Amino acid sequence: MLRIPCPYCGSTRDEEEFTFGGPLERVRPEDPQQLNDAQWADYLFTRKNARGPSMERWRHTFGCRQWFGIERDTVSHALLRVFELGAVRRADTSGGLAVGDVHEAA
Amino acid sequence: MENYSLWSLAKHALSGHRRWTPAWHSREPRSRYDVVIVGGGGQGLATAYYLAKNHGITNVAVLEKGWLGGGNTGRNTTAIRSNYFYSESTNFFERSLKLYEGLSHELNYNVMLSQHGALTLAHSPHQLDGLERWSNSIQLQGIDAEMFDLAQVREFMPLLDTSPSARYPILGGFIQRRGGVARHDAVAWGYARGADNLGVDIIQNCEVTGFRRSGNRIKGVDTKNGFIEADKVVIAVAGHSSVLAQMAGVSLPITSVPLQAMVSEPIKPVLSGIIISPLVHAYVSQSDRGEILMGGRADAYPSYGQRGTLPALEETVSATLNLFPTFSRLKLMRQWAGIVDISPDSSPILGKTPVTALYISTGWGTGGFKAIPVGGETLAYTVANDRPHPLIEPFGMDRFVTGRFVYEAAAAGVEH
Repeated sequence: MLRIPCPYCGSTRDEEEFTFGGPLERVRPEDPQQLNDAQWADYLFTRKNARGPSMERWRHTFGCRQWFGIERDTVSHALLRVFELGAVRRADTSGGLAVGDVHEAA
Repeated sequence: MENYSLWSLAKHALSGHRRWTPAWHSREPRSRYDVVIVGGGGQGLATAYYLAKNHGITNVAVLEKGWLGGGNTGRNTTAIRSNYFYSESTNFFERSLKLYEGLSHELNYNVMLSQHGALTLAHSPHQLDGLERWSNSIQLQGIDAEMFDLAQVREFMPLLDTSPSARYPILGGFIQRRGGVARHDAVAWGYARGADNLGVDIIQNCEVTGFRRSGNRIKGVDTKNGFIEADKVVIAVAGHSSVLAQMAGVSLPITSVPLQAMVSEPIKPVLSGIIISPLVHAYVSQSDRGEILMGGRADAYPSYGQRGTLPALEETVSATLNLFPTFSRLKLMRQWAGIVDISPDSSPILGKTPVTALYISTGWGTGGFKAIPVGGETLAYTVANDRPHPLIEPFGMDRFVTGRFVYEAAAAGVEH
């Protein structure tokens, strides 16, 4: 059971109050029309699926409903960092297509 | 290889069963193989077996990080069925079920297949309609499936709470009578013994730490025991597929998530077959040892820690008690988790990769055990001929680019 300190409402709550929202690094390409099928599929489906420290988006669904970020070790489940989304720059995983906006789907 | 039979059993009884020979040998890796298979679970061992048996390729090594069948092969709930929806899947899984039906003879190893039926429940008229559509689709493909009304459900599994006052009243269901369970260790060990007998080297405690490529062609694998050259390499490592494929320079559309299972204390036989409820989200059967075996949803976030989280465990147990209130008196004896490799359409990814001579068997998600024989058979064909077996053409990695999915989230039976 994860005990997650929400950076917005400040209380530490059980994982059941939260929703995992997918990898943090995924950035929706600014102009998907310009991509070929392989690039678009890469954005939609390819996952780093890291073993070890992993940057993730979470939502305090049954609390303050805010989105925030967690760096979590996917082996030990240790929470390495819990941060507001603006605090960390989102890296790009899909090779040079970093210009874009937040995307909701996991 | 020593043949197992009533005669050999009687012979060994005379010497107090102290002279049985090992089922397979522990080998030291050689410096070069035609094919190296990474992962000594069911899929890897079956691939090795069929490479040797069907294609005469015996200069093969199976490299296993831990012990044979210690990953998902030894952690699943051993359900075997072929009641998928789309013909791509039913053809594939039906072939597997047929191979399972002859497997004990084929391997001369009792895999303890017991086909007492897999019953899927409906708790609402909509679900009943859905099951009707599902079973019609299966019947049209010539595979057995049968709708059950409430009286038949009651007769098949008297212990189920079929009263109208149940929290989620059961309205009916559909059954695949040839569905059932088998002994998972025996499947791994049987294939290992068969492959070993045909000349395959089975090497345990040999972790792969990297892949070597020359241009776009695979050249071999680095292991804890040194470099092993190979003409062809197969990755069959379930939950760790992304990690291994990344070492070879291949990115996968896979998410690794724990899936839990648990057993109660052993009791006398009370269940036959498997009961599956997609609504309350549990699948329940009774093992040959008498334990009530329960599984449910996968965990809510990715993980490589083979433990499983408490909320998923709690939901699975409460779902089981919804179906079988009498089990509330049982003690939960053991709980464990395997790391399953979930693909975007809940169907396996099987066959060639963008790297020449590198093949992969992944995306099995929550249901790889039932596909061990066919996964091994078709991948062996693909490796031997360097072209996909017709049964797995729909399951190539390229389907995520072309958009030709085989979307089986419902039939996979687990929400993820």
